[in-house]
Amino acid sequence: MTSLAGQWNYFLVIALMMIGFYAVIARGNMVKKMVGLTIFQTSVFMLYISMGKVTNGTAPILTGADIADGAQTLYANPLPHVLILTAIVVGVATTAVGYALIIRVYESYGTIEDDDLIKMIEAEEEDEDKIGEAPSA
Amino acid sequence: MSGFLVNASLISLLTLIAILALRLHRLFAVVMLSGAFSLVAATLFVVLDAVDVAFTEAAVGAGISSILALATLSLVPAEEKPHSIAFVPAFLALATAAMLAIAVTDLPAFGDVNAPIHNHVAPEFIKGSADDIGIPNVVTSVLASYRGYDTLGETVVIFTAAIAVLLVLGGYTRPHRRKEKRRKNGEDKDAR
Repeated sequence: MTSLAGQWNYFLVIALMMIGFYAVIARGNMVKKMVGLTIFQTSVFMLYISMGKVTNGTAPILTGADIADGAQTLYANPLPHVLILTAIVVGVATTAVGYALIIRVYESYGTIEDDDLIKMIEAEEEDEDKIGEAPSA
Repeated sequence: MSGFLVNASLISLLTLIAILALRLHRLFAVVMLSGAFSLVAATLFVVLDAVDVAFTEAAVGAGISSILALATLSLVPAEEKPHSIAFVPAFLALATAAMLAIAVTDLPAFGDVNAPIHNHVAPEFIKGSADDIGIPNVVTSVLASYRGYDTLGETVVIFTAAIAVLLVLGGYTRPHRRKEKRRKNGEDKDAR
């Protein structure tokens, strides 16, 4: 149980993550879903970066002295940083595709609320069914 | 202890921004809050010694993301339909939080030097950065040299995303829609 107090940072980040998760699954407005996704995503980045932190360490940029005589200073772990740098850029790329799809959905259906959208699509399908039934009847 | 206070206050600020973004109905304010969220997150990354991540988050997360969101808002309605608390998603989020919290108790303590993550390849990279690559910034040498193929893959993903956006919004997929519109307008005129 002693370890529980040591993981406070992770618990805080999880709380933040769940706000984003709730926004993604509970909100019907698509722009809001995307903002929720951004919050969720950034919180996951925080979780990873927290793992790379070393107490009393410094940013992983070698000082001149260290280049001469090997690593003496305590550095944060650079690997999570590299991973998350890639993830941030990929995240923005996927966000761009998401916004493009929102614009296209609005052009085709005139709404970006997903409950209205489901109603419209169901109504369309019913119309198609009626058209299909008409000749046989 | 001071580390705890700084992190906890920054994360509380982030939580406040996130809850505000969740509750507001005016999407312009929501998008601006998401930009503010990214900037505060960048500050937190500086505190966590991830300076490269911090400036990428500030430039890409707060800058480019906000521009994309604002460009979208210029084409779609900027007001959200009012809504109430959805209980099933809230329950799902709480259950996920509980499971993640249980999983996190197995992680090494925050900032522990002896955690497994710090004792395998990371020391090699920190040592090798000076000898093999000659770049003082270890993140740069891992990104561009040790894990260069990952970065190449990343550019492929960005290229794919750019093609997807062009296909979704570009002119090639739309001629039939324009024709349809013209036909509709023509019919309307005939009706009159």
